Amino acid sequence: MIEVAAPEARASGARPSPVARAVRASLRWAGVLPFGLYIALGLIAPTIAIAIAAFQDSNTGAATFSNIDAAVHGEYLIGLRTSIELSVLTAIVPGIFGLLIAYAIFTAKRGVVLRRVVITASGVFANFGGVPLALVFIATISTTGVVTGWIQDLFNGFNIWNHGFSLYTAFGVFFVYMYFQIPLMVLVIFPALEGLRPAWREAAQNMGAGTWQYWRHVGGPVLFPSFLGCLLLLFGGSFSAYATAEALTGGTIPLTPIQIGSLLNGNVIAGQENLGYALGLIMIVIIAIVMVLYTVLQRRAARWLR
Amino acid sequence: MRKSKAVAVVVAAASTAVFAAACGSSNASSGGSSVDWSKVTHLTASGPDSMANLVKDAEKEGQLNVITLPSNWANYGNIMKDFTAKYHIHITDAIPEGSSGQELQAIQTEKGQSRAPDVVDVGTPFAVEGAQKGYWAPYQVQSWKNIPADAKDTNGDYYADYGGYVAIGYNPAKVKVPPTSFASLTNPAYKNMIALNGSPTSAGAAFAAVYAAALANGGSFSNITPGIQFFAHLKKIGNFVPTATGGPTTVQNGTTPILIWWDYLLASEVKPVVPGFKIVIPSDSSFASYYDQAISASAPDPAAARLWEEYLYSTTGQNLWLAGFARPIELSTLVSAGTVDKSAYSSLPPAPAGALTFPTQAQDNTAESTITADWAKDLG
Repeated sequence: MIEVAAPEARASGARPSPVARAVRASLRWAGVLPFGLYIALGLIAPTIAIAIAAFQDSNTGAATFSNIDAAVHGEYLIGLRTSIELSVLTAIVPGIFGLLIAYAIFTAKRGVVLRRVVITASGVFANFGGVPLALVFIATISTTGVVTGWIQDLFNGFNIWNHGFSLYTAFGVFFVYMYFQIPLMVLVIFPALEGLRPAWREAAQNMGAGTWQYWRHVGGPVLFPSFLGCLLLLFGGSFSAYATAEALTGGTIPLTPIQIGSLLNGNVIAGQENLGYALGLIMIVIIAIVMVLYTVLQRRAARWLR
Repeated sequence: MRKSKAVAVVVAAASTAVFAAACGSSNASSGGSSVDWSKVTHLTASGPDSMANLVKDAEKEGQLNVITLPSNWANYGNIMKDFTAKYHIHITDAIPEGSSGQELQAIQTEKGQSRAPDVVDVGTPFAVEGAQKGYWAPYQVQSWKNIPADAKDTNGDYYADYGGYVAIGYNPAKVKVPPTSFASLTNPAYKNMIALNGSPTSAGAAFAAVYAAALANGGSFSNITPGIQFFAHLKKIGNFVPTATGGPTTVQNGTTPILIWWDYLLASEVKPVVPGFKIVIPSDSSFASYYDQAISASAPDPAAARLWEEYLYSTTGQNLWLAGFARPIELSTLVSAGTVDKSAYSSLPPAPAGALTFPTQAQDNTAESTITADWAKDLG
C-alpha cells in the first residue's frame, strides 16, 4: 500500500565515476533509512515481542504451547470465528455500496465539485471511529435518540426499537461500521475507477459491444482485482476495530480484539496476559495473509490500471 | 479474595523487621537518617523507624510516583493535593485513567527507573498476582489492627483501602416505580433502561454486578452462573441494554436511566449530574468489594511510599476517601470513635447488616473463567 519512491539517479552527460556511483547508491539507501527504522521499531520489534510472549507462560515465563492451544479452543475460537464473519460481512456490503457511490460520482456530468466534496468528506468519515462514534450513534438512534424521536413523530409513534431494531447487537455493530467502511471504500476504489480509460469503452462500442458486454469482458475483469483488494482492506479495518464494538455491546458479542482487551487491560481477568498475546499473534498471522493476498491482487490490477 | 499466608512468613517478616530496625539504629544520624526504608515493614513508636524519621526522610526524597489515580475517583484529587501540601512531596500520577492490569505491567517494565510506581491501588486479583510475583514490599500501617482480618494479606503485602457495595442507581424522573432489588428489575416498565458500567469480562464493577445478581438468584461465591442467566433473561425481555458506555452520560441523556454500579461511584459521578438521582443497595444481595494498596518492592522513593500509606490510613486520609463517597476500610472504627465525617457518611446508602464477606481467590478465579466463557455465549 505504501510506496517509497526511490530517487532516480539523473543521467548526466559525463559518465559518473565508480566512487560517485557508490556515494549516490548509499545516499539512496540513506533516504529510506528513517522509514526503515520506523518500520523496525514500530512494526517488526513489537511483532517479535508478541510472538515470543505468545509462547511463554503468563506467570513463570517458561516456554509453552498452552496459550496458542487455548486461543484456538472454546470461547476464543468462537471469538475468532465471529470476528472473521463480522469482518467479511462488513467488507462485502459496504464494498458494494462504496463501489456504486464511487461509480456514481465518477460518471456524474460536470461532477468536479461533487467529486471533491465526496472524496474529502469520505476522508473525514472514514477516520471517525472508536467510542465517540458509538456515542454519536447512541445519541442519534438509541431508544431516546434524536432520530428515533423524529421517526416516532413522523409515523404515528412508530418506535423502531419495538420492532426489532437494536444498536447493541451484532447487527448494531454492523450498522455502525457502515459509517466508516462505505467512505473508506469510496476512497480506495476511486483511483481504480479513474484508471478505466474512456478509450477502452469507445473501442468496445466501436466493435458493437453493449454496456453489459463492456462490463462483462472489459471493465469488470480490469476492475475486479482492485475491487477484491479493496475488500481485503475493509476486512482488515473491521477485523482490528475494537472500541466501537466494545462500547456498543459490552462483550456480549465475542470478538477477538475485545477478548484481547479483557486479557491485557481489564480489571477482571488477572494472570492470563500471554493468552492475549497468543490471540494477537493469530490476528497478526491472519492480517499478514490478507496483506499478501492484497499485494498479489494489486500486482494483477496494476497490469491494466496505470 | 483475601488470602491468608502461613504464620511462618509473618514470623520471618517480623524478624526481618527487627533486624532492619537494629541495623538502622546503628546508622541513624540527625540530618535525615540512613534507614533503608525499602526494608521497613512497620513503624516503631521511637527510634530510627519512627513516624518522625519517616516524615523527615520522605520529605528529603520529595517525590512520590503513583499510578492510575483519576482525580475525580474516590476524592484522589484532593487527597493528593492535601498530601503534597502537608509534606511538600511532589506527586507524579502516571496514566490516571489506566487499569489494574496496566499498573502491574508498569511495575514490571519500569523496574529500576526513577519514574517507576512507588505505590499502587489495584483490584484484589491483581494484588494477589503481584504478591505471587514478589512485586510488593510488605508493610503494616500503624492502624493495621483496624483493618478487618478478611481484608488484608497477613504478611502485609497488600491491604484493602476503600470500596463499596453493588448498588442500583436510577433517575426517578424517568423511572416511575423505584427498583429495590435484583428481582424487581424484571418489571416490564424498565424496558431498554438498565445498564452496567462496562463489560463484565473487563470492567470490575460490571463483573461484581453479575456476581451480586448471582447471590440474589440462588448462586453463591462459588457459582456465578445464576447471575449470568439473570442478565441473559433481562436482555431477553429487553430490559438490559448491554452497552459498555453505561455511566453518568447515559443516565443523564436518558439512554439508560437505571445503572448498576458501585454505590460510591453512583454517588460521586452520577448524582452530581442527575438531579434527584437515587441509590439503593438491592435488598436481595449485598456484594462488597474493596481495592487494595501495596508498596512496590522496587519503589524508587521507599520512604515517601510508606508515608503515603500512613497518610491514607490516618483519620484524615480515611475521611477524605469518605468525602469522595468511597467507604474507607476503617469506616467502622471511625464511626465508633466518633471521628467520622458525618455529612459524608450520611450521603451513602446505609450499609447492609452483617460482616463484610468476600469470595476467596479460588472462587474469584472460577467466576472469572465462567464469565469469560459464558457471557457472550448466553447473552449474544
